[in-house]
Amino acid sequence: MGDFLSQFGALFAEYPIASAFWVNIQLTFWAAIFSLILGTVLALMRISPIASLQWAGTAYVNVLRNTPLTVIMTFLFLAVWTQLQITLSDDFAQNFFRFGVIGLTVYHAAFVCEAIRSGVNTVPLGQAEAARAVGLSFLPAARIIILPQAFRGAIAPLGNTLIALLKNSTVVVAVSVSTEVSTLMREMIESNANFIYAIFMIFAIGFVVLVIPIGLLTTFLSNRLAVRR
Amino acid sequence: MSQQSVLFDAPGPRARRRIAAGNVVGALVVLGIAAVVVVALAGKGQFSWDLWGPVFTSSAWQDYFIPGLQNTLRAAGFAVVGAVLFGLVFGSGRLARSRTVRWISGVVVEFFRAVPVLLMMVFFWLLFGFNRISDDPAFLAVVIALILYNGSVIAELVRSGVGNLPRGQSEAGLAIGLTGGQTLRSIQLPQALIAMLPALVSQLVVVLKDTALGQIITYNELLRAAQIFGNGHSNNLQTLTIAALIFIVINWALTAVARWLSRYLSGRTSGTTAAGPGIGNPTVVAGRPGGPGNAIAATGDPSAT
Repeated sequence: MGDFLSQFGALFAEYPIASAFWVNIQLTFWAAIFSLILGTVLALMRISPIASLQWAGTAYVNVLRNTPLTVIMTFLFLAVWTQLQITLSDDFAQNFFRFGVIGLTVYHAAFVCEAIRSGVNTVPLGQAEAARAVGLSFLPAARIIILPQAFRGAIAPLGNTLIALLKNSTVVVAVSVSTEVSTLMREMIESNANFIYAIFMIFAIGFVVLVIPIGLLTTFLSNRLAVRR
Repeated sequence: MSQQSVLFDAPGPRARRRIAAGNVVGALVVLGIAAVVVVALAGKGQFSWDLWGPVFTSSAWQDYFIPGLQNTLRAAGFAVVGAVLFGLVFGSGRLARSRTVRWISGVVVEFFRAVPVLLMMVFFWLLFGFNRISDDPAFLAVVIALILYNGSVIAELVRSGVGNLPRGQSEAGLAIGLTGGQTLRSIQLPQALIAMLPALVSQLVVVLKDTALGQIITYNELLRAAQIFGNGHSNNLQTLTIAALIFIVINWALTAVARWLSRYLSGRTSGTTAAGPGIGNPTVVAGRPGGPGNAIAATGDPSAT
């Protein structure tokens, strides 16, 4: 047993586990910011009264939401980078990292859009009617009455999307980001097959430890900020 | 559209003119972006028949796309059946009277919901490969990883589906002398299952999309088949576009079915019928029939982690 533990400790020292998780956290961070921006724009397009923008927003969401993320990543790697020879950075690793962020962003923006739209849908009709009845025009009514309630209603689905984004950040292996966790786990298992269960548990528990606080935080926030009706 | 009734008054003549002008400007911007992309692609010769031609040959479909799609559907089919069984077992486990059973089921479900599917696939693939458990370790790894993740999601659907039933249902079951387990099996679960059908169909979309992860562990599904064909003809952009279109059409149809089911079933059960968001952990939330539009069903459940 002591022998097992010491070998296991050596494994920990040998491989950069923490920095692999850090790569995934960075991917998640940038993709979360960009997809929040893009998703909000898409949601605004879809709830605007302008038919052409509604159509474009709906088309984007329907296409991207139904495409597997792996297909998007493979497309970026083989079609955009290899075939069209579009490069985002001279540095190889940086180039793939940016493609990874783009892939995660365009995919999750569709879900952010739907989360925000579902937040708007939690606002009862009476709120808007009351706002108009007290004489607020469209923009003040949206700013003071509708959107604050909509964002509170959107916290839970947005948190769900963030958790999915963190877990999906492992898929960047398909766009050849080689420093993230799924690649590292594979390398570690392939050269230390006798520790296969222990290695998997390290990575699995790493994700449990990252995901559960996000879940607790969004549950706490959405309960605390929920509009009681 | 239901949201518009929240956000906008019925437009008057001036607002209608402004909306029409905005519509034209918006259409021009969207078409402009599309035109830029098309011109850029044409500039790189991506519309030449040399690149598109191979995609539309019978051998491309017979030897690559169709077998790939069959493998995708086979993995998804096994995974869905397994996931529903897993979900029923652990979903009922979380509702059991015994605290130990509840606790174990809770740990299992929360664990598999938090671990990325890709990590599970890689793990099982290498495990089965080392131990020579199967002739096709990649297939088995894809199926088992999808069962564990989606089964846990379905377990949560079962739990929230039963939780969203009116209390009177279980009280009536107990009142006529059924035990707790009998009430769950013969009164609550049948109604909860009907109520969660739309969310289940949405989960099918997630399963189908996640089979594409099999490409990373060399499972010969649609994406990998398209990629092999594209590498051979140096037309990955074209073949991957076709593969993506196949996925989009199937998933879009499934999403439409889920939405239709959610409307159709809402009058036929005392539970809440809602389609899932197609990502992450869908949870059925109690709907507010009076709210401004249940067009988007998934509002997220505050009790979800």
